[in-house]
Amino acid sequence: MQTLRRTPLYERHAALGARLVPFAGWEMPVQYTSIVGEHRAVRTSAGVFDVSHMGELSIAGDGAHDYLQARLTNDLDKAGDGDAQYTLLTNEQGGIVDDLIAYRRGTDDYLLVVNASNVEPDHASLSETEDVSSEWALLAVQGPEALPRLGIEVTPFTFHEGDVLGVRCLIAGTGYTGERGCELGCAPEDAVRLWDAIVDAGIVPCGLGARDTLRLEVSYPLHGNDISPDRTPIEAGLGWACALDKKFTGVDVLREQKERGTAEKLVAFVMDDKGIPRQGMAIEEGGTVTSGSLSPVLDQGIGLAYVSSELAAPETKVTVDLRGRPRAAHIVKKPIYKREE
Amino acid sequence: MAADESYPEDLRYHREHDWARVDGDTATVGITWYAQDALGELVHFEPPEEGASVAADESYGEVESVKAVSDLISPLSGEVVEVNPLVLEEPEKVNDDPYGEGWLIKIRLSEPGEADGLLDVAAYKALLEEQ
Repeated sequence: MQTLRRTPLYERHAALGARLVPFAGWEMPVQYTSIVGEHRAVRTSAGVFDVSHMGELSIAGDGAHDYLQARLTNDLDKAGDGDAQYTLLTNEQGGIVDDLIAYRRGTDDYLLVVNASNVEPDHASLSETEDVSSEWALLAVQGPEALPRLGIEVTPFTFHEGDVLGVRCLIAGTGYTGERGCELGCAPEDAVRLWDAIVDAGIVPCGLGARDTLRLEVSYPLHGNDISPDRTPIEAGLGWACALDKKFTGVDVLREQKERGTAEKLVAFVMDDKGIPRQGMAIEEGGTVTSGSLSPVLDQGIGLAYVSSELAAPETKVTVDLRGRPRAAHIVKKPIYKREE
Repeated sequence: MAADESYPEDLRYHREHDWARVDGDTATVGITWYAQDALGELVHFEPPEEGASVAADESYGEVESVKAVSDLISPLSGEVVEVNPLVLEEPEKVNDDPYGEGWLIKIRLSEPGEADGLLDVAAYKALLEEQ
């Protein structure tokens, strides 16, 4: 039997009465009180997520830049020192091994934050990097009140070192909810002190359940659901994160797909009828749901699906097979939900 | 607000965590506190049609939380005479009040004797102890 790993905050989650579930080999909180309530807290005030299960790979020294530039899809030179960049790791077929954030500490010095379930394949593809996951605890603090309550400022997609509520952190203007906020990296031994201070500041503990509905509302893909080694960034609508004018693993396939188009595309959709779409359900006109849920903000079923490219235009009407019941939905432009600036 | 755990004495229970309140030849049916707690906050109720036949031990609809879908198992056989309109609009009423406002359907019983085969509260609590 596989033993589930626990983050430094496990005792805090248990004490708060969280419902703990296995996720990517970790025992993680899916909710503390209510997924819908935690979701709304992030949209209207602020929430804190323990994302210490995520992996960190580090690479520094001569050639680090050229090594990553040849293996990650985005152009590292569009990021300056102190910038964070969304990028992809692809295989020879152009399939997505992982999506990740590259933190550029210097021309030849990077930290990569990767999905928990993909640390091993990422490390295999990026064998020159060092797996430093055990040196980091990671908390995401998200929502319109997140930064004011922490008393910090950070520009989106930048990072810097600083003190947050008395704890030394890497403060990054990143997240997975579509809200303003930050992700805070700290030493594992400081994680409990940081968590307690954040909760004491009135920020609501949120589980992975709300993290999933929040990211789905803003149409961020989840690796393992919406993107995978069998799907390319062009099919997934992530061409914006691929610098096709440079050489990287699988780029030839992506150039050809960009030129000729793909049979299917990843789209967002909203249900017109009642009912909640779920992963694996068929789109009757041609397609498959890869993520589905109720949108707590819209109070409607929403999802992401691969559909035949001729169905991919916004406002196209489609039918989702909800366990034998045909239910109407329509394609929408991503994101499904956009916060007011 | 979610209700506190309770299992009323006057109900009959099905091992799939459904309850029935039998009154003559009709029964009111819902899911138990245990079932709603396991699912979490309900966000959708997929009801049967009024007038549809339901059979004991078989699915008559579904309830969904954000994360999970659960079949609703009818404790008794008969015809659906009413679907709770409040739960259709506000599924979370099942969490708030699983045995009161959160009832799901009313059935006109075709086999009233089936009720004798359901669990009483002591037997249902014993079942929960095992799980």
